[in-house]
Amino acid sequence: MTGPLVLGIETSCDETGAGIVRGRELLANEIASSVAEHARFGGVVPEVASRAHLEAMVPAVDRAMERAGIKPGDIDAVAVTAGPGLAGALLVGVAAAKAYAYALGKPLYGVNHLAAHIAVDQLEHGPLPEPGIALLVSGGHSSLLLVPDVTGDVQPLGATIDDAAGEAYDKVARVLGMPFPGGPPIDRAAAEGDAGAIRFPRGKYHDGTLDFSFAGLKTAVARWVEARQDAGEPVPTKDVAASFQEAVADVLTRKAVQACQRNGVTDLLIGGGVAANSRLRSMAAERCASAGIRLRIPRPGLCTDNGAMVAALGAQIVSRGLPPSPLGLPADSSLPVTDVVVR
Amino acid sequence: MLLLGFDTATPAVTVALHDGEQVLAQVATVDAHRHAELLAPAIAKVIADAGAEREDLTAIAVGVGPGPYTGLRVGVVTARVLGTALGIPVYGVCTLDVVAAGAIAAGTVTGAGGGEFLVATDARRREVYWARYDPAGQRLAGPGVARPDQVEGRDVPVAGEGARLYPDLLPAGREPVYPAAGDLCGIVAGSLAHSASEGPVPGGTVSPGAGALATGTGLLPPEPLYLRRPDAREPGARKRVSPSCAS
Ligand SMILES: [Zn+2]
Repeated sequence: MTGPLVLGIETSCDETGAGIVRGRELLANEIASSVAEHARFGGVVPEVASRAHLEAMVPAVDRAMERAGIKPGDIDAVAVTAGPGLAGALLVGVAAAKAYAYALGKPLYGVNHLAAHIAVDQLEHGPLPEPGIALLVSGGHSSLLLVPDVTGDVQPLGATIDDAAGEAYDKVARVLGMPFPGGPPIDRAAAEGDAGAIRFPRGKYHDGTLDFSFAGLKTAVARWVEARQDAGEPVPTKDVAASFQEAVADVLTRKAVQACQRNGVTDLLIGGGVAANSRLRSMAAERCASAGIRLRIPRPGLCTDNGAMVAALGAQIVSRGLPPSPLGLPADSSLPVTDVVVR
Repeated sequence: MLLLGFDTATPAVTVALHDGEQVLAQVATVDAHRHAELLAPAIAKVIADAGAEREDLTAIAVGVGPGPYTGLRVGVVTARVLGTALGIPVYGVCTLDVVAAGAIAAGTVTGAGGGEFLVATDARRREVYWARYDPAGQRLAGPGVARPDQVEGRDVPVAGEGARLYPDLLPAGREPVYPAAGDLCGIVAGSLAHSASEGPVPGGTVSPGAGALATGTGLLPPEPLYLRRPDAREPGARKRVSPSCAS
């Protein structure tokens, strides 16, 4: 299969991603993460992330070119995350992408990070169903989207009104004495716990909207743990982890299925770092099967932030012959999801 | 020689093209919040204005600060990427040295007092980045970061934005307020000519020893001079969400 050869650059949070895609074929996906440098702060420190992006940028692109077996001059276009994300972190990637595009004489595409999380699935499962529903969940986002066309028509249906789902994982992990980021250790502990042990609240479960709320859940878990500690009783960490995870997966999958049904859509895609969570995956599979919805989830390495997702979206935009972004492209930390390409 | 130079370590985005002897084209815009938007179009403009092609460039020169981080990084990452994508060397220069070179060229500090002068730029948080120079532009002390009233020997002329921001504390303010990329290119062209006269110009990125920083207008690797550690505190004990028991 042939198609445009696109370099994708991603620096919206703490991963420096450089990916190379030809059409829908993944050629390279190099990631340098500064997550270890943030662990002791219990969350991503923007200045630490930005410094790490600067150091990792050129080596990551060099490794991606080598892995893909191409020379810089072979590239047809450069795509970069223009937002949303951490402002200072985005700027490093945007400036780098402009310099590659200008030096190589190739078009530049500043794209939306959320749309890229959706587009990446084409590298694994082929062309996207049009329309589809996308559930994007990570430390930075929790959104339900209607996606008639990932290169230009992405409509928000619902989003978190407080914490992102991944943020709730990080905060609950801290309550349970687990390291940052909280997703993997909670998932491991939950595997050995009883998900029905504690009935934690499901925010906005019956409110009829497609929005989420995880702040109340996080606080309920902390209160429950503190009550045990105050009573001098041991905290059943594995049961707490499993019950918390059950509540998150329940809310996310319930609203995702509702989004499909209300819009008459039969395809659901889940992306973002929390899509790597085992309970979310299994519950989504069960509920989609019983509702007659086809489910697509990229493999975990493509769910977390990476450069290939940006390249994958860029390749689709180039294939459609859409106009590129100007060299004056700004980074926009709160870029609306409806802006797929920034011009 | 065709040298492209730029500096984004101050509110100014300044870009110049230089042939080793003189500035061929130069643009500068002062806008502290739009470095990433302004830099690439400015680079394209100076190269187009001079009737040159990007493939003709032989080296990149970049101001490496000290400067507020976000803008500074835009310049440094742009320089590194242009260097690697075009296969040409990248030279870093202390931004305060560029202001010093501009002050000497404009004659705004020569002959004043004993001849020494300061450069001070905005470090935000009520501090300045500073360095001290002899009349020939040789750096004697700095770069450092300090409150303006803590900069030693403040009775000499002060070039750079610091004097404009703190006229009560740094009274002898002189031009220029911001670095000019033409002066940046001049420093690099002069240093390369000097090393050429002493031996072959080293290929690839120049990585002088740490001594270069102390001895004046040496060339530096394209690494930001942050001078401050990131603001980040390790969290203390987690705060309770339930009210504490009175007993
Ligand atoms: Zn993401």
